[in-house]
Amino acid sequence: MKHKKLGYAKYGYLFSIPFVIAFLLFSLYPILYTAVIGFTDLKGLGMTSFHFLTDDPFRNFKAVLTNPSFIKALKNTVVLWLFNFVPQILLALLLTAWFTDKRSKVKGQGIFKVLFYMPNIITAATVAILFNSLFGYPMGPVNDLLMKLGFTDSPIYFLVNKTVARGVIIFIQTWMWYGYTMVILISGVLGISPEIFEAAEVDGANRIQTFFYVTLPNIKTILLFTLVTSLIGGLNMFDIPKLFLLGGPDNATLTTSVFIYNQAFSGSYMYNRAAAGSMIMFVIICILSVIMFQILKDKDEETLRRQIKQQQKSYKIKQKELIKEQKLQTASVTSQETEALAKEEGEGTQNVKE
Amino acid sequence: MLKNKENLALKIIIYIVCIFLAVLSIMPFWIMIVNATRSTTEIQQHAISLLPSNYAMNNLKILLGKSFNPARGFINSLIISVGATGLAVYFSSLTAYALVAYDWKLRQPFFSFIMAIMMIPAQVTMIGFYQMVYKIHMTNNLWMLILPAMASPSMVFFMRQYLQPSLSMEIVQSARIDGAGEFLIFNRIVLPIMKPAIATQAIFSFVSSWNNLFTPLVLLTDQKKYTMPIMVSLLRGDIYKTEYGSVYLGLTLTVLPLIIVYLILSKYIIAGVALGSVKG
Repeated sequence: MKHKKLGYAKYGYLFSIPFVIAFLLFSLYPILYTAVIGFTDLKGLGMTSFHFLTDDPFRNFKAVLTNPSFIKALKNTVVLWLFNFVPQILLALLLTAWFTDKRSKVKGQGIFKVLFYMPNIITAATVAILFNSLFGYPMGPVNDLLMKLGFTDSPIYFLVNKTVARGVIIFIQTWMWYGYTMVILISGVLGISPEIFEAAEVDGANRIQTFFYVTLPNIKTILLFTLVTSLIGGLNMFDIPKLFLLGGPDNATLTTSVFIYNQAFSGSYMYNRAAAGSMIMFVIICILSVIMFQILKDKDEETLRRQIKQQQKSYKIKQKELIKEQKLQTASVTSQETEALAKEEGEGTQNVKE
Repeated sequence: MLKNKENLALKIIIYIVCIFLAVLSIMPFWIMIVNATRSTTEIQQHAISLLPSNYAMNNLKILLGKSFNPARGFINSLIISVGATGLAVYFSSLTAYALVAYDWKLRQPFFSFIMAIMMIPAQVTMIGFYQMVYKIHMTNNLWMLILPAMASPSMVFFMRQYLQPSLSMEIVQSARIDGAGEFLIFNRIVLPIMKPAIATQAIFSFVSSWNNLFTPLVLLTDQKKYTMPIMVSLLRGDIYKTEYGSVYLGLTLTVLPLIIVYLILSKYIIAGVALGSVKG
């Protein structure tokens, strides 16, 4: 029987081989190749041969990090992500609170969910060009609407304004993603055991208290999951800034992905600079994800450590009491007590392990 | 009494906000579809109209007279999305089965490894990938957009989480006694068990492959190989600068299939999003 089990183990390796080969060929090798190109002089359309930079291996990295366009792109990317993530998560949380609240019983939830999620499924490239047309000048639908409603007499050339351009991208991102975030958060809330909510209701907690003290702490992991995936997606934002205004006006909507693309596939085709830029973004993404997972992990460990400390404390107190008793009582009684103590100690360590 | 009034007020606010957001979801697409049927002069006079006009055919003629070829883009996108989804779903299930059913030495390290590489975005590998593909003269080969889907770490993770509690080893054992080989067991017994997970993951894999702009934009230079998102990006070009109606029609042609399929499958898609978060 044992021999047979060993025989089956080889299928574990066998069935993983296709995945591993595809990963090595299409992910690992390209990453390493990208890293290597970052240290070379590879540029020019269609060039594939390269020489390593011998005088200053980090020249491309320095060039990218001191390039004002890259710095601007990095700032833009962070600003665009932050200002779409905050309203997105707040709106999603508000809708989650409303939709999962038993007392308000919102009707038509199914239709609302379908409609809120819809923008997420539409090709981002299409959305970018659609919004470019909607904000058209002199006669786009948005201008038409504003004039009809009497907000303005003459059409406004929206997209030459840097703030408006960024604002529209932030709006598009929020509009595309709040529905997705909401569906995920709702499923998280529905996963919480209903007994906890019943207990809160019995204790007389109102809606707001229930939300902040019961719902929120219980969906912490899902919130972190949303934060990390949104951050990584946001740092790679490409389709919408690329097609909405091609990074303009005056680089106001240039993101790092668009910068890297432009370096490599337009102008003088500087694959080496683009590769260095990619690696810088890769390192930033790795650091941020590690930090975020560490934050969550530390909190769990902290509570565990606190539990251990508490148990140790109570154990010490017990021990002291026992010693006092020991002094008072006779030897035969103490042996029984120590046995009980040993048992308790065993249970204590078990608890800690759990 | 007061509490009821408060409740009613809150309810009214909830419905107002929800209806506003619903309108916000529909409006851009509605304007797009209506303007696709209107002439450029009509759009220039009044860019918003709730009622369609009858210039759709005219717009279509102008649209197709230039480099925009939605049928070609549709077919290319379909080939890539179907191929990539099929490979991703099959090999992710196979890898997940290897992780769940067999007791091998590297199982745990391999799983940790998959978790670690889950978050690597395709963008950071692109320069190396492009150089590699260019060197072997495959830049306009659709296989280069399909094959990488064989290694989809996040899908493997999802499939494993699904399979772990739902696979009973007794069924596998009895199939072994009946003389079935391991590969046959996977194809005939395990794949059917995984159907719900496969359906969910297939939808998302298909949509993300269909909507992908970055990789095809980097690799494809041949107009005959252009995918739908690249076709869309052509509408941004100068040749359509004054043909508003045609641009809206082009956008509509790319969006309409997606919206129709979405509305048909919406129930499963929403459930799938929810499932992915709980399991993931």
